[in-house]
Amino acid sequence: MIKNFLSFKILSLTNKFLSNLTILMIVILSTGIIYALFISPPDFVQGESVRIMYVHVPSSFIALGLFGFIGFASICRLIFKIKFISLMAKSFALIGLIFTLISIATGSLWGKPTWGVWWAWDARLTSMLILLIFYIAYILSWKLIKDQELAERISCIIGIIGSFNLPIIKYSVDWWNTLHQPSSITLTSAPTIHHSMLVPLIIMILGLLLYSIIIFLMKYKTELIKLKFGKKK
Amino acid sequence: MLSKKVKSRILFLSLSSFLAVLIIFLVLKSLEKNVVYFFSPTEIFYDKEINIKKKIRIGGLVKEDSLIKNENSFKFIVTDRKNEIIVSYTGLLPNLFSEGKGVVAEGKLKDRKYFIADTILAKHDENYMPPEVKKALDD
Repeated sequence: MIKNFLSFKILSLTNKFLSNLTILMIVILSTGIIYALFISPPDFVQGESVRIMYVHVPSSFIALGLFGFIGFASICRLIFKIKFISLMAKSFALIGLIFTLISIATGSLWGKPTWGVWWAWDARLTSMLILLIFYIAYILSWKLIKDQELAERISCIIGIIGSFNLPIIKYSVDWWNTLHQPSSITLTSAPTIHHSMLVPLIIMILGLLLYSIIIFLMKYKTELIKLKFGKKK
Repeated sequence: MLSKKVKSRILFLSLSSFLAVLIIFLVLKSLEKNVVYFFSPTEIFYDKEINIKKKIRIGGLVKEDSLIKNENSFKFIVTDRKNEIIVSYTGLLPNLFSEGKGVVAEGKLKDRKYFIADTILAKHDENYMPPEVKKALDD
């Protein structure tokens, strides 16, 4: 399975398969959205604005997860010199950037009616902004550096340094007093979110995850075609 | 087996990662007073390093039955269940402000037990549930 990803074999992935995945994603996402917007109840404190969470939490989750992959891939690239894996990371970067932006924007929309401010310089929000900057730096180093070898090296270093920020984002709400609330879903204890809200949240996470994978497969195929036919860009 | 080159790269990366973690830890530790978004009443009371002349934020729970309203001025007690601090504020309160809920106040300390706020933010906790469930839990 992993071998297939690290070779040109992925190119044999047909468009038929991708469109089937897309149909599956549309089904999951529309179920999730209908559940989140109409079936799930309002919150006892936040009221209807709780529905922003169904986009905010999956976006943040994917933004962190994808940068985690970029960090992991960068380490593998530098140590084992696996060429394909940094192309995988490159294909994920823009998706992660978009989800970081969505996470910050929806958080801001939620913050105004809940906290009373659009933005606060607390540890969670600031570290998320730093993640956004790392995503931009990572993408720019691929785009702007002409020498491909060098671009790859520098983006790997940015990917590794940026990864140190991930545990800070994750645990910022536990380590320091923040305006942002602590996680409702943890590995160690029962979720503090009612199941009528947890179910649509999980469906939304699955849907958006599948969306990321589909976009990734398309971008990754493009990268491999460029590599195979020697088109340097 | 891993070749010598790979081994040296692993060693180099793990050493530099260790150093990076150490640096980040020390920087964050020394900046702790700035990284925290607000101080709790207990920290205000015991931590003499907190500059009470400067503009700061305090946070905690609004104590039940402590809110006194006088036209546009409010006075309430912020507690962390160990220590308390009186907060006075003039202006509009956020919608989600209520007794028993979290709050963050921005302003200046008059003394270590009295805080004059110029901004009030409502803090939300990690509990999400429908109103019916909340009602059932309370009954």
